Amino acid sequence: MREEEKFKIPIGPQHPALKEPENFSLALKGEKIMGVEIRLGYNHRGIEKAAEARTYVQDVYLLERVCGICSHAHSTCFVQAVEEIAGAQVPKRALYIRTLIAELERIHSHLLWLGVAGHEIGFDTLLMYTWRDREIVMDILALLTGNRVNYGINTLGGVRRDINKEEIETINNGVDILEERTKYYIEVATQETTIIKRLSGVGILSREDALELDAVGPTARASGVKRDIRHDDPYAAYAEIDFNVITDDHSDVYGRTVVRVKELMEAYKIVRQCLKDMPDGPITVKVPRKIPVGEAISRYEAPRGEDVHFVKSNGTEYPERVKVRAPTLANLRAVKHMLKDRFLADMPIVVAAIDPCFSCTDRLISVENNGSRDKQFLTWEALRNYSIEWHRDKGIDFTELNKNFRKRLGSI
Amino acid sequence: MRPGKMFGEILCSLFKKPATNMYPAEKLDMPKNFRGKIVFDPAKCIGCKLCMKDCPSGAITINKVGEKQFEAVIDLSKCIYCAQCVDSCPKKALEATKEVELAQLDIKKLKVVFGANPKSDAKE
Repeated sequence: MREEEKFKIPIGPQHPALKEPENFSLALKGEKIMGVEIRLGYNHRGIEKAAEARTYVQDVYLLERVCGICSHAHSTCFVQAVEEIAGAQVPKRALYIRTLIAELERIHSHLLWLGVAGHEIGFDTLLMYTWRDREIVMDILALLTGNRVNYGINTLGGVRRDINKEEIETINNGVDILEERTKYYIEVATQETTIIKRLSGVGILSREDALELDAVGPTARASGVKRDIRHDDPYAAYAEIDFNVITDDHSDVYGRTVVRVKELMEAYKIVRQCLKDMPDGPITVKVPRKIPVGEAISRYEAPRGEDVHFVKSNGTEYPERVKVRAPTLANLRAVKHMLKDRFLADMPIVVAAIDPCFSCTDRLISVENNGSRDKQFLTWEALRNYSIEWHRDKGIDFTELNKNFRKRLGSI
Repeated sequence: MRPGKMFGEILCSLFKKPATNMYPAEKLDMPKNFRGKIVFDPAKCIGCKLCMKDCPSGAITINKVGEKQFEAVIDLSKCIYCAQCVDSCPKKALEATKEVELAQLDIKKLKVVFGANPKSDAKE
């Protein structure tokens, strides 16, 4: 087909179908998507660089804020890497509490996804009910950690808050209600005609493609790939916990829905086991402020897939390098494949089906000069002057505003 | 397969109370471990400044105002309410309260000074 027969439609960075700024450039022929280009970088926050300028203690809170939904995933992943370098033996009870919070977080993330998926296919009833039920687990998380999101439960060498008997009872009661509701959602997902008809055959990713494109998390598991870090490379207390890795062979968005709702049931099982088997003892061990020279990679099964953190230390209080690989980045190649030869109207649900988190993914900015490989670097001052000149050319002058702003800042 | 699987649920919900609360008319209690506005007790502070060192956002400043007298300046707009300072403090001079309604129209009011003299109340 000739190039000019295709119609290019940009979706994003600001688009009603996307919840976060990201650019998808779709080449269309009629309603059919012929090619996809994904442009990352609209949400780059420079967290990795910021982590180098902060101490390890401060970084726990900074990296927790990589993602709002899987905040415990990122903070645990970072803390695990630092503990490995420091050679800290984290108490068993702390590991169990981390596992417990991780599973509660998975419950809230999967319920949230179920609602979002319902919303994307125009089934807002599902959104309302799942998000109402999600409040139960949010309240449990707030009770245990002190906050609904960004729990702040992790610290280097353990956890910050202990669990008592009354809390265990509250969790058990909450989980009972949620289990009842999830059984109902499994019924809905497997019987409701509108869901099955809308999601079947949409965003197909075969097992071979999932392996080749390195899909992670529920996206891979829905294609029949048994890939779960909790099972393959157990961290925290997962080695002692009995659970099943849920897989499905529908290989489409429907399969991903089934995997997620079934994983909810597994999460309740793990939460109950954690509460039952939780040993007594201390919840923290002292970790020195200065971490010895070394490097470590830590892996963690976040609700969206495998999360990888790399930490390199240089013997001071500040890390030399922190690298974050969020699960969405691993799944984006699969999205490109899933969208190809499908209809434009399927795009929102296919993208939503990997449970994307674009601000977690946006990490690296590479400057390329008109496609050539020679990179042009500007100093901070030169970049600032360039920006001032650029705006002045367009007839916008910020000089006065800047002066006023400085004056106001100075007066505080 | 069965269409309208959720229809029964929807009908039931018609006769249930709303799931939402009428905030701000009706306020909820914060959970026990809640991390809200940080308060400072100058009588206990020894001026080690560990809280300043550990604060991820640089929201807290401890100033020496006299012999063994310290005041704390907390910038509520910078604070991320992680309560690491409460954990870092060796003398328990800092405490997380359950206060959440901290929005202000005037940016200056977000800077809270806890005076060194324990008798005078914290002025805003």
